[in-house]
Amino acid sequence: MTTTTATPVLQARGLVKKYGNVTAINGADFDLYPGEVLAVVGDNGAGKSSLIKALAGALIPDQGEILMNGEKMNFRNTRDARAAGIETVYQDLAVIPALDIATNVFLGREVRRKGIMGSVFRRLDMPRMRSEASGHLADLKIGIKSVNQAVETLSGGQRQGVAVVRAAAFGRGVIIMDEPTAALGVKESGQVIDLIRSIRDRGIPVVLISHDMPHVFEVSDRIHVHRLGQRAGVIDPRERSMSEVVALMTGAERPSEAEQAGGVR
Amino acid sequence: MTSTTAGLTGRDLSRARVSRILREPLLGPLAALIVAIIIFSVISQTFLNPYNLSLILQQSVVVGILAVGQTLIILTSGIDLSIGSVAVLGTIVMAQVSGGGNPILALGATFVVCVVLGAVNGGLVTLLRLPPFIVTLGTFTAIQAATRLLAGSQTYQVPDGVLTFLGTSFRIGTFATTYGVVAMLFVYLIVWYALSQTAWGKHVYAVGGNVTASKLSGIKSNRTLFSVYLVTGVIAAIAAWAALGRIPNADPNAYQNANLETITAVVIGGTSLFGGRGSVIGTLIGTLIVGVLRNGLTQAGVDSLYQNIATGILVIVAVTVDQFARRRSA
Repeated sequence: MTTTTATPVLQARGLVKKYGNVTAINGADFDLYPGEVLAVVGDNGAGKSSLIKALAGALIPDQGEILMNGEKMNFRNTRDARAAGIETVYQDLAVIPALDIATNVFLGREVRRKGIMGSVFRRLDMPRMRSEASGHLADLKIGIKSVNQAVETLSGGQRQGVAVVRAAAFGRGVIIMDEPTAALGVKESGQVIDLIRSIRDRGIPVVLISHDMPHVFEVSDRIHVHRLGQRAGVIDPRERSMSEVVALMTGAERPSEAEQAGGVR
Repeated sequence: MTSTTAGLTGRDLSRARVSRILREPLLGPLAALIVAIIIFSVISQTFLNPYNLSLILQQSVVVGILAVGQTLIILTSGIDLSIGSVAVLGTIVMAQVSGGGNPILALGATFVVCVVLGAVNGGLVTLLRLPPFIVTLGTFTAIQAATRLLAGSQTYQVPDGVLTFLGTSFRIGTFATTYGVVAMLFVYLIVWYALSQTAWGKHVYAVGGNVTASKLSGIKSNRTLFSVYLVTGVIAAIAAWAALGRIPNADPNAYQNANLETITAVVIGGTSLFGGRGSVIGTLIGTLIVGVLRNGLTQAGVDSLYQNIATGILVIVAVTVDQFARRRSA
């Protein structure tokens, strides 16, 4: 057992978020270290989504702080978080079905042509965006014939792939994936798990929110267990079984002191 | 599999482009236009002569220009019931201000009024998050009443010159046409470019296709929406200018059906009423289909009420096709 020495890439301390009488986040901590896949698990209503939204800039916490590489961040919206290098792949596949793949990958970050065509006439550099998009798809081994296809012509797994590629193409710091396999079949889920590995292998840490224990155990390096709006503990998937994690999630079992303190690394 | 994605050559891309064109939703409207032209050429001897074709274009100018604005708004999954009324108010403003002797000032005043009304629609839709249908139904009613108050049930002649410029005709060979037709095609060209070649255009489609997803992608969706309503105001002003070019007399009761006719042209042109898919090229074809149908049926001696029935049926066919296309892709 080694204690942590590296600075977390993404860190949260004592986050609180209240909606009237409902406390969604109740003093939650969070640590994501370089090069790891951290799974976030918790029962429905445990406040996972709120925590993730706060980290992605989609929600502003009432209290507490978020740090990136030790530096305090003030995200006012998702654009701020994206500018800081945090990319999020949302559960409802934030892609536009009628637009083509290349346009979807570059949506909101379009590349204009060089020279007067770009600066005055605002013309997009579609050839460059297409070739870069197909390069990214190939990097992550997503087999799609043409990036000119509309996203609606793709299967669920391929669509998820496009959303992941978009995050991976621009995510310099962290990629957060919210239930990326929830809507997918077995084979497609496998492809997404492979994608998560290849992103980690490229040195980008991944936060994986998932209900699917086998997936969580297959791909994650550490598991953050969220309960009652707080981090109950961080556990090592090599030391704990799936049923133990479920017991920790529901409160049937208590995590060890080391796990409560933020776990091993 | 990866090699095919990585190794896309220019030829592959252009081939992909060709296959995309073949799956284009424009094929249906284009076929309908061609069939209509062929049928009317057979029925009527006078249909296919250059004079008549030019007339069809000239008759289509005002609704054709307005339909560009309507396309933009429908692409954002909105609808504008006030667009024609804005243009009519524009003609009255133009005529009344030009009474002061300065046509440029009159033109400027019209643009200001139309853009402000576009901003009112856009502001209510974005800031108060009201449904566009309700907002523009309200502004339509108010603008129509305001126009009649302003005009006092009179019509106003405008002097020849700048304000009637778009009615000036010129010849290309034996084909005589007006600058109004050129202006219409120019509006189509500019908006086609903006929609297909710029980030703004992609954002318009994205906001219309899925607002939540576009926000998550970092698109400032309200800003995009608002800009669409402003552009539509500019387009309404151009239509007002073109209307006075065609008939140099501002009439508060003119273009009563323009609001709905623009929607007809857009829908027949294959743009989805659900937003996020369609094009201005489709709308141009849709405008021409309506123009050809009206002109051809008139030449064949069909009563204008039957023409309305024909247009109505066409709209329903177009919406049905759109529904089925959506179900198939969903």
